[in-house]
Amino acid sequence: MSAPRIVYNEGYLDEQTKRVVRRALLKGVAIPGFQVPFASREVPMPRGWGTGGVQVTASIIGPSDTLKVIDQGADDTTNAVSIRHFFEKVAGAASTTLTEQASIIQTRHRIPETPLREHQIMVYQVPIPEPLRFLEPRETETRRLHALEEYGLMYVKLYEDIAKYGHIAKTYDYPVLVNGRYVMAPSPIPSFDNPKMHQNAALQLFGAGREKRIYAIPPYTDVESLGFEDFPFEPQRFDRPCEICGSSGVYLDEVFIDDKGGVMFVCSDTDYCERTATAGERRQTMEKSA
Amino acid sequence: MSYNVNNDLPENAVLSVQNVGKTFTLHLQESQRLPVLHGLTFDVPRGACIVLGGESGAGKSTVMKMIYGSYGTDSGRILLRHQETVMDLVTAQPRQVLAARRETLGYVSQFLRAVPRVPALDVVAEPLIERGISRETARERAGELLTRLSISTRLWKLPPATFSGGEQQRVNIARGFIIERPLLLLDEPTASLDARNRGVVIELIRESLGRGTGMLAIFHDADVREAVADMTVDVQSFTPAREQAAA
Amino acid sequence: MNNETPLLSVTGAGHRYGDRFGCRDVNFDLWPGEVLAVVGESGSGKSTLLGMLSQRLTLDEGSISYLTTRESSAGREDGTEFELLDLATLSEREVRRLWRTEWGFVHQNAAEGLRMHVSAGGNVGEPLMANGWRNYSKIRSEAEMWLRRVEIPSDRIDDAPATFSGGMRQRVQIARNLVFGPRLVFMDEPTSGLDVSVQARLLDLIRQLVAELGLAVVIVTHDLAVARLISHRTLVMKDGAVIESGLTDRVLDDPQAPYTQLLVSSILQG
Repeated sequence: MSAPRIVYNEGYLDEQTKRVVRRALLKGVAIPGFQVPFASREVPMPRGWGTGGVQVTASIIGPSDTLKVIDQGADDTTNAVSIRHFFEKVAGAASTTLTEQASIIQTRHRIPETPLREHQIMVYQVPIPEPLRFLEPRETETRRLHALEEYGLMYVKLYEDIAKYGHIAKTYDYPVLVNGRYVMAPSPIPSFDNPKMHQNAALQLFGAGREKRIYAIPPYTDVESLGFEDFPFEPQRFDRPCEICGSSGVYLDEVFIDDKGGVMFVCSDTDYCERTATAGERRQTMEKSA
Repeated sequence: MSYNVNNDLPENAVLSVQNVGKTFTLHLQESQRLPVLHGLTFDVPRGACIVLGGESGAGKSTVMKMIYGSYGTDSGRILLRHQETVMDLVTAQPRQVLAARRETLGYVSQFLRAVPRVPALDVVAEPLIERGISRETARERAGELLTRLSISTRLWKLPPATFSGGEQQRVNIARGFIIERPLLLLDEPTASLDARNRGVVIELIRESLGRGTGMLAIFHDADVREAVADMTVDVQSFTPAREQAAA
Repeated sequence: MNNETPLLSVTGAGHRYGDRFGCRDVNFDLWPGEVLAVVGESGSGKSTLLGMLSQRLTLDEGSISYLTTRESSAGREDGTEFELLDLATLSEREVRRLWRTEWGFVHQNAAEGLRMHVSAGGNVGEPLMANGWRNYSKIRSEAEMWLRRVEIPSDRIDDAPATFSGGMRQRVQIARNLVFGPRLVFMDEPTSGLDVSVQARLLDLIRQLVAELGLAVVIVTHDLAVARLISHRTLVMKDGAVIESGLTDRVLDDPQAPYTQLLVSSILQG
C-alpha cells in the first residue's frame, strides 16, 4: 500500500480545535447537564449526521483507544461503520463491536444493554440539545431559564401530554434533570434507556455539531427523568422477549421479515443480541452434550 | 341649634362643614369661573336628619358630592368622625376618603350607577361582602331589604340596568341601607317612588336615625322631608352672586 | 397586611428615549386592594409608565420601591415578613421571582400573555408548575377552578386559546395571572379590542376578582369608562407627565386640569 497522499492530524481535527472541544468538555463535566457553546468545525460528513459526536470523539480518541459506534443500537449500519473506519484511519484507534471492550462508544439513539463500567466513555450524537425549545423558541430566553433554574415550562410539555393522551407520551429524548440542577435533553435515545444514565459508571459526553453545544454527565451522577408525583416517569416496557436471542427486558426493534407485513421483534442492540444468542447456543450444545 | 363656630368637631356631631367654598373653573369655556358656594357651615349631629334646602341649581348636590369626595373643595373644612379620629375630607388623601366611604360614609344617589351584568341581589349585597360578610349571609340580608322595598324575587337575579327608574332607585336604596354607617348622604332617594315605597323609605330612615346614624339629605318630596327632617340648611343663602356666570 | 408602608411607591420616576423623556416626574403610592387607573391618549406616556413599573423599561430617574413578602426565616411562626425592595437594584433572578410569585401582567393582546397552542389548562397551570407544583391532578384541578372562576366552561380546559374568542382569551390570561396568588397586577388595556358587551362582562369579572382577592392593580386605559368602573384612583397623563390625579370619581366628576376637562367632555354619554 502506498503512503496516503494526505496526512491527517491525529483524530482528524487540528490540535487547536481539539483544545477548544476539550475545554468545552471539561466545563461540561464541571457543570453536569449545562450546555457549553463551542466552535463547531467542519468534519467530513454533513451536519445532522453526527458531526457533534464525531468532534467529541476526535478530541478524546488516541491510538490506545478502542472505539465502538452504534446507530439505533446496531454496529453494522452504514453510518456506524464509516465513522468507525474514519477513526481507525485518522486516529489509529482500534475498533470493536463488543461493548465491554470499547473505551469509547459513540452512539446515536441507544445506550448499550450491557452495563457500562468505569473508564468507559459514551459519546452521544445530539441533534437538538435544548429541551425547552418545544415551548420557547428563543435561545436567549431558554438560556435565561436554565440559568435561573426556571423549569415550569418543561412540565407544561408533560402536562399537555397527560391532558391529551392520559399519560406522558414522549418516548424518546425524554427530558432529565442532571445532578439536581440542569434540565437536559438526553438526545433521541428511547426513554427505555433513560434509567441507564442515572449513576452510570461511565463518563457520558454529548455533542451537538449543528447547534454548537457540548454537555456532559460525569460518572456516578444523578439523572432523574422528569415526571409528576401522580404521573411519574415510566420507561417503555416490552411484554415479549427478543425473537432471536430470547432476552427479555431489552429494547426491541420491530423488523419486517417479508413483503406481506410479517414482523418480528428483535434486540436493537446487535452486539448484545449476538452474544446472548451465541451464549444460548453454547449452553444448549453443552446441555445436549452433557 | 346653633352653627358650630369652633374649629373642631362638636361632641355630638358626625360631620361638621365649616366655611366651605367651591368654584368651578370651566377651561373649555375660556376658563370661566363659576362660584357655587361660599362660607357654607353646618353640622350633622348623631341621630339627626339635616335636609339641604334651596331651589334647584342652588348647589345642593354639589354639597353632597363635596362631602362624599367626588367633588373637590376649594376652601374650608369638612370634618368627619371616622372611627376614632376626625378626618378633614377637604385635605384627606384618596385612600383615607376610600376608607371613610367603606366604614363611615354612605351615599344613596338619585341614580343607580350599577355595573352591567351584576344581578340586583348582588348589587345590594356588595357593601356587606366588601366588609367580609359571607356571600350567603349578605344575599339573605339583601333579599330582606329588596322584599321590604317590594322588588319581586323574579328581578333579583337580573341586572338592574334593565329595570324601571323606580325599581332601580329602590335597589339603590337597599344598597345604601344594607350596612349601618355613621353618616348617610341621601340625594333625592325617593324621587320616582310611589307613596307606598316612600313610606318604606321613611321607615328605613327612621330606623337608621334611631340607631344613631346622622343623615344629610336632599328631598324632592315634601311629605318625606316633613316626616324625617330635624333641620333644614338653606344652601341658597351660601350661594355667591352669579354675575360672572351670567356674564 | 402591613398598612404603614405602601405596596408600591413611585417617586420622581422617569424613562428617557434618547434625549427626550417618555414619562417623567411620576409620583404615587399604591396600597393593597387599590386599583389605580392610568388614563391618557396614545403617546401620553402611560405605556412608558407601565413599562417602567413592570421593569420592562429602565428607570432613568427617581425610584420605585415595592414591599415584597418572604417566607419568614426558620423558627418564626407568623408566616411572612415584609421587605422593601428598591426595584432599580434588583437582580434579574429577584425580578423574575416577583413575576413568578407576586406580580401579574395582563396584556392587551392575549397572544403576548398566553401560549396560544398550549391548552387553556396548561396555560393556567404553568405558573403553578413554575412555582414547583409537581402533582398533575392538583395542578389540573386548580387550573379548572380558575377557569371556572373566569367563566370558561370546563369542557374547554384542553383546548388551546388559539381556538378561543377574544373575550375568552382575555379571561384565560386573567386566570393565568391570578392562579399563583399575586399581590400586584399590571393591566395594559385589557378590554380594548373587545366588543362592548364582552368588555362589560370582562370588566365586571376583573372588578369582582380584584375585590375578592384584595389585589393591587395598575390598569392602563384610554377609556375613562373603564377607569370609572374598576378603579379607585386615577392618574391622568399627557405629554409624559401626570397632570391630574386623585379619586377616580373626583377626577372624572370634578376635573381640574383643562386637558382632563376636555377628556371628560369627550366621553360619549351612555
